[in-house]
Amino acid sequence: MRVTVRVFARLRDIVGSPEIVRDAAPGATVRGVWHDLAAEFPELVKYERSISAAINAEYTRMDRVIGDGDEVAFLPPVSGG
Amino acid sequence: MSERLAIGPGALNVERLSSALDEGGADGAVVTFLGLVRNHNAGRRVLYLEYEAYEPLAVKSFERIAEEIRARWPSARLALHHRVGRLEIGEASIAIVARSPHRADAYAACRYAIERVKQISPIWKREFFEGGDVWIEGATADPDDELARAHAERAACV
Repeated sequence: MRVTVRVFARLRDIVGSPEIVRDAAPGATVRGVWHDLAAEFPELVKYERSISAAINAEYTRMDRVIGDGDEVAFLPPVSGG
Repeated sequence: MSERLAIGPGALNVERLSSALDEGGADGAVVTFLGLVRNHNAGRRVLYLEYEAYEPLAVKSFERIAEEIRARWPSARLALHHRVGRLEIGEASIAIVARSPHRADAYAACRYAIERVKQISPIWKREFFEGGDVWIEGATADPDDELARAHAERAACV
């Protein structure tokens, strides 16, 4: 199945694009998508413990199972205001 | 997008935010907060900032903050706009308006809102300073982190 991965701020700089589409195995979790991404872009690894994640623009835990066509977002520590 | 809770490139208008919260004259207090782009940070001379956001989730985070305020200070209501894009020194990046029949709740709600934005809203600032630029990274956003929420509530109630 296919998922759209969105990344922001420093993570977007590392990936080189705000949005990429990747294949994921049925039953894959948000964490699994992150690990695939970090394997592709090793500079992401140091963010493993500080990121937040969202599915379809709702915050989610990393162990959530994703579905075909989902938009998975990875967010570095925030700095609004 | 709600008139009260929004994010985008457009200029901020506190009067409009306040009017959007008016409920026919029942309020005795309006507290406003404007966050400004500062010309210095961490010993650096700042030239300008660029803000980026995951906008649909940012608006949902504002809605969550408004809900939390309704639960904690039932008489207070919140309006909040955040900007994205390039902002110059002295420009406002965020406007928050809290209204209530009584000033104590309006003050508390306004302070609580800015603390929570900094904790859970998916917004990032990139600082351009003399000699380089850097993404500012603050809190790991976790809306269910009750310790962080309690910290914001304490800040609001001092």
